[in-house]
Amino acid sequence: MIGTESLFTRSFRIITAMFLVTWLVLPLIPLAIWSFARGWYFPNILPTQWSLKAWKYALSDTAGVLDSLVLSLGISFAAMTLAILVGVPAGRALGLYKFRGKEYIELLILAPTIVPGIAVVLGVHSVFISLGLTNTVQGVILVHLIPTLPYMTLVMSGIFSNYDTAFEEQARSLGASAFKTFWYVTFPAILPGIIVGGLFAFLVSWSQYILTLVIGGGRVVTLPLLLFNFATSGRNDITGAIGMIYILPGIIILIFTARHLSGRSAIGGIGQT
Amino acid sequence: MTHVTLKELTKVYPGATEPSLDKLSLEIESGELTALLGPSGCGKTTTMKMIAGLLATTSGDVLFDGRSILKEKPEHRGVVMVFQNYLLFPYMSVAENVGFGLKMRKIEKPEINRRVQAILDLVKLPDLGERRPKELSGGQQQRVALARALIVRPNVLLLDEPLSNLDAHLRYEMRDLIRGLQQELGITTIFVTHDQEEAVVLADKVALILDGRLKQYDVPEAFYKRPIDEATARFFGGQNFVSGAAKDGFFDCRIGRLKLPPGGVQGPATLTFRPENVRIGADTSGENVIQTTITNKIYLGTQTRLKLQAGDEKIEVIANPGDVQGLDVGQSCLITLPASSLWVLAK
Repeated sequence: MIGTESLFTRSFRIITAMFLVTWLVLPLIPLAIWSFARGWYFPNILPTQWSLKAWKYALSDTAGVLDSLVLSLGISFAAMTLAILVGVPAGRALGLYKFRGKEYIELLILAPTIVPGIAVVLGVHSVFISLGLTNTVQGVILVHLIPTLPYMTLVMSGIFSNYDTAFEEQARSLGASAFKTFWYVTFPAILPGIIVGGLFAFLVSWSQYILTLVIGGGRVVTLPLLLFNFATSGRNDITGAIGMIYILPGIIILIFTARHLSGRSAIGGIGQT
Repeated sequence: MTHVTLKELTKVYPGATEPSLDKLSLEIESGELTALLGPSGCGKTTTMKMIAGLLATTSGDVLFDGRSILKEKPEHRGVVMVFQNYLLFPYMSVAENVGFGLKMRKIEKPEINRRVQAILDLVKLPDLGERRPKELSGGQQQRVALARALIVRPNVLLLDEPLSNLDAHLRYEMRDLIRGLQQELGITTIFVTHDQEEAVVLADKVALILDGRLKQYDVPEAFYKRPIDEATARFFGGQNFVSGAAKDGFFDCRIGRLKLPPGGVQGPATLTFRPENVRIGADTSGENVIQTTITNKIYLGTQTRLKLQAGDEKIEVIANPGDVQGLDVGQSCLITLPASSLWVLAK
């Protein structure tokens, strides 16, 4: 019995690994090869000449890659922070309380994951013009809340639906103020959710293209915008190099989450929504 | 030492038509251990949370030493509540849990450590400070929760079903511990329970709450000897209720004319007596002796339960197994209802 069980889990693990490699790693290989290629044409399986030129250019000041990297990191970090600040209370309300129209609010929060960004952003754009938020970093950060908030809120509502507020009452009755109760009792309990939801929010913001393009008006050049410029101009080698830089946060976050969060809490937080 | 007064305390939850707690008034003497007893959903925990400040009152007042505390925040009331499921903070060690209240009061670390160790010794868990709550047994968790509450020297201690999650042998240990600590520290303590036995073994005084209303507030013994009405008597395991009329020290009913203890109500009434106070056999005086037939007999080890038929009335008896040896279902049996054990409830 134990033998078949372990055989099953082992084959399951191998199949999962194969899927992961096929969908996540394989598509990246040509990109990586391109970044070191001088010329790579059909029917050659590998480039005929290798070069570091693309990397040298990508890391030089003229390309603006490093500026965009810093800007992108800043925007995504700010969007993540805002998403946490809004998503935690929203998730608490949805996870803990029953109120009239709750289903509709849930649907409304989920809507940005269903409705394409381009459909929304044109309306947002005209509002942002009147607020003077277009072509600004602040405007881009704000508009990034549209796609990031649903993930944050859903993860937090899953965490809170499994949360016992009696712990907070206990802390209050032992003499903790409302703030100390949050800091010592609530925060440690919901921290795994904040990490998972926050990382989601970061990555979603990191990969925004259309929202940044429209609201930033081409003035706020994040890494995806720069990448797209090079991709459309046919510079496959530079696109490859920037692409490699672009996926770096994703890989770092993947390693970080795998190390610091057990698979159960990472999946559990989402699964319970 | 705090004298607690509840003045017409009322709670109506939003959307509810009936109040969960209806004008509860109680005077709880300083240093006393009082039980709020009632079936689940009768408003006991609601009362506790309103005293602790964790739930808003609808109307009425809570006074400590004559001063209303309703406007005080929960952390400033000096009331600590110990919940039924202990609620030890899972991210903290036992010592951190116990020291939590002192840390919130900004007491120095060495002083906290010293007092945590002292209170852990007091609840007989001196070596468990470094453990995590989930590594402890239920009884140990309970004692940690108690230590965590007592360490801040609360004016009022609230316990939610303190014994109900414990095994039988632990219950008596815990009862002695709670009772001992409470008397040593002189903390006014209120606990809620649905278990009349728990209330009786632990409390100085019991407040019986049925359907959100206070039925009777008295010493535990009174609920057996002088219940206020049939519902109260039934809640405490009363089984025998006979209608009739009381007149001039006698009670006339379908099982005969019974002599009553002096005093008490007159006129149409219900007679009640505890199953354990019925004597098997006829007294030498021949007073209050009734002829019955045994309809059922259940042996329960330390006691035997008999169901008897006396005319049209049914009587339940709890007897010593030795006293009813040889008596079987269908046989007739003489019983005596000592006048001192009879209690008349007004209709």
